[in-house]
Amino acid sequence: MEKIVVKNLYKIFGSRAKQARDLLEKGHSKNEIQDKTGAVIGVQNANFTINKGEIFVIMGLSGSGKSTLQRLLNRLLEPTSGTITIEGEEITKLNKKGLREARRKHFCGMVFQQFAILPHRTVLENVAFGLEIQGVSKEDRFAKAQKMIDVVGLSGNEQSFPTQLSGGMQQRVGLARALTVDADILLMDEAFSALDPLIRRDMQDELIELQSKMQKTIVFVTHDLDEALRLGDRIAIMKDGEIVQLGTAEEIIAKPANDYVKAFIQDIDRSEVFTAGSIMQDPREVAHSNDGPRTILRKMQRQGISSIFMVDSNKNFVGRIDADPLAAYLKKHSEDVAQKIPSELIEKTLPLDKETPLQEVMVKIEQVPGPLPVLDEKKHLVGVIVRGAIIAALSSHPEQDETKGEDK
Amino acid sequence: MNFIATIPKLPLDEWVEWFVALLRGNVRWLFDGIRNGLNWVLGNIEGFLSIGHPLILLGILVVLAFVIAGWRMGVFTLLGFGYILNAGLWPEMVQTLSLVVTAEIFILAIGLPLGIWAGRNDKVHTTLRPILDFLQTLPAFVYLIPAVMFFGIGMVPGAVATLIFAIAPLIRLTSLGIRQVPKDLIEASDAFGADEVQKLFKVQLPVARTTIMAGVNQSIMLGLSMVIIAAMAGAQGLGREVLAAIQRVDVGNGFVAGLAVVILAIFLDRLTATFGEKKVTKP
Ligand SMILES: Nc1ncnc2c1ncn2[C@@H]1O[C@H](COP(=O)(O)OP(=O)(O)O)[C@@H](O)[C@H]1O
Ligand SMILES: [Mg+2]
Repeated sequence: MEKIVVKNLYKIFGSRAKQARDLLEKGHSKNEIQDKTGAVIGVQNANFTINKGEIFVIMGLSGSGKSTLQRLLNRLLEPTSGTITIEGEEITKLNKKGLREARRKHFCGMVFQQFAILPHRTVLENVAFGLEIQGVSKEDRFAKAQKMIDVVGLSGNEQSFPTQLSGGMQQRVGLARALTVDADILLMDEAFSALDPLIRRDMQDELIELQSKMQKTIVFVTHDLDEALRLGDRIAIMKDGEIVQLGTAEEIIAKPANDYVKAFIQDIDRSEVFTAGSIMQDPREVAHSNDGPRTILRKMQRQGISSIFMVDSNKNFVGRIDADPLAAYLKKHSEDVAQKIPSELIEKTLPLDKETPLQEVMVKIEQVPGPLPVLDEKKHLVGVIVRGAIIAALSSHPEQDETKGEDK
Repeated sequence: MNFIATIPKLPLDEWVEWFVALLRGNVRWLFDGIRNGLNWVLGNIEGFLSIGHPLILLGILVVLAFVIAGWRMGVFTLLGFGYILNAGLWPEMVQTLSLVVTAEIFILAIGLPLGIWAGRNDKVHTTLRPILDFLQTLPAFVYLIPAVMFFGIGMVPGAVATLIFAIAPLIRLTSLGIRQVPKDLIEASDAFGADEVQKLFKVQLPVARTTIMAGVNQSIMLGLSMVIIAAMAGAQGLGREVLAAIQRVDVGNGFVAGLAVVILAIFLDRLTATFGEKKVTKP
């Protein structure tokens, strides 16, 4: 479901916006326009939708317009032109008062890189800030704040002042402050970038967990590809104020839209380090060529999987069977089910070997609906690769796992 | 070089006199109103501070110093003000304190809103800045002349001159404090849907508090120094004692009155400074 719809959105800083816009349409670059007019292109012609309940990541180099784009969504910055619609309400049309109400209704405030919590307030008072703004009674807002303090693991620090807390803890305050507000959209601007890598990793995990419980719609700005891959259901990559690619992590890695995106991906280039063998999982269950159709469907149901690989009596790989067509077949032939599974139900998916590089795996997984099989040199099925595993592998930090030991 | 003398003198002095006369003639009611208002406040404050035996006020000052600035300041206040009482300068001290307090009340009432306005509005800020620069560079005496012209002699011109002289740092530092509030705190409060009043009272003023209190402290200290000068316009109090001693070349009494001023200055400074630095702690 669409939560936020952005159409033809522009933000141009400076007084000569009109002129800058004309030059932009004539194809001049951001730098040229800045030299000629002094106007800075913040965001140019952004068109996208953000779905309810997804983590939408905005990624790009510093100065590419990520923060600007995010601040246009709640109109902390006024768009130069274009529209933003949230749940059918056109945010860009609202007057001051309407905007204030829309911010309270739709947004959980914001989470900032430098935390932006109030130094003169205790943790509890900071966390309750959003509700205080909405005029919620002290008792109610402190009760709700307390709950969220417990959720983010700050229990016992309610009466501490921000300066008494570590960076990680301060950001938990920032996060709790946002989550305490009962709204759907959470904006996070480089929220974890100021934290040291291990804490950062923890916070990312916690955010994913919180998200699965609370189902907020999160717009997360980061300059870090690892973070984007770990968190993002979809990722928008920005350059010079323009969204140059928008897609899932897999899509972006498999088909980078241009050299800028490629450079990002090569930056980490884990895809060289990883091979199919290093990210595959054990097949939880396989179908045997002498299994009947009902048996095979039952195997899938037991494991909660939607496709299964078949091997013959010599353990050689035969193909993939998908649950949906199989179930349809069983329904149609409920009286005369064949002893063996009909060959038209077996998909001849292309197998990988253990040495297949990740880059290739990624391209292949885009081409098939289900998992990919990995075979050894004897054509025996040794593992399966599912989508999630690729992302997990890409965003893991082998370097940091090593330093973890040294810390002790 | 004789030709310079032949150029007629620019009659700036005449113009100023003409302008002042114009004001006195046409808006007399305004100056009378200000004078009466100030006199009323002054009289009440002085009357209030003089209720009962001086020991009562002394006790209150000591307790205040003790609570706000700690026991050392409490002891200092007891000894210092005890000495002023002992030296027979108590009524003069009360007069000077009243003048400072009165001026400070008006300084706060005018300076804080102006400072807040300038802190939140660039146009106001750029308009006020040269005026404040000008106010602060003029020698303190200069304020006495128009003050006397408009308000006659006595306490009121002293208070007015003090006000104009001492208001600049408060406006400046209030504006500065508000401008120095980190941008992301402002963004946070906007993002949560705060209105302008909430933003001011829940974010800007509390975060700018230390800087604003430094402005309050500076304006009080400037006010006190001006109050002494105001004796020349006929204001009563410690300043007049110092002035009288100078005229009579009475080193001893001059020193004693001067010491009383210093004691009062230290008291006011330490109390307002500590108040600004003090970390907020909640019960
Ligand atoms: N208030 C502003 N006035 C002028 N230019 C700005 C302003 N804010 C941002 N910019 C410019 O807009 C561009 C995008 O900035 P920003 O959105 O902060 O980038 P990012 O968050 O990706 O680092 C940069 O070139 C930046 O200099
Ligand atoms: Mg940014």
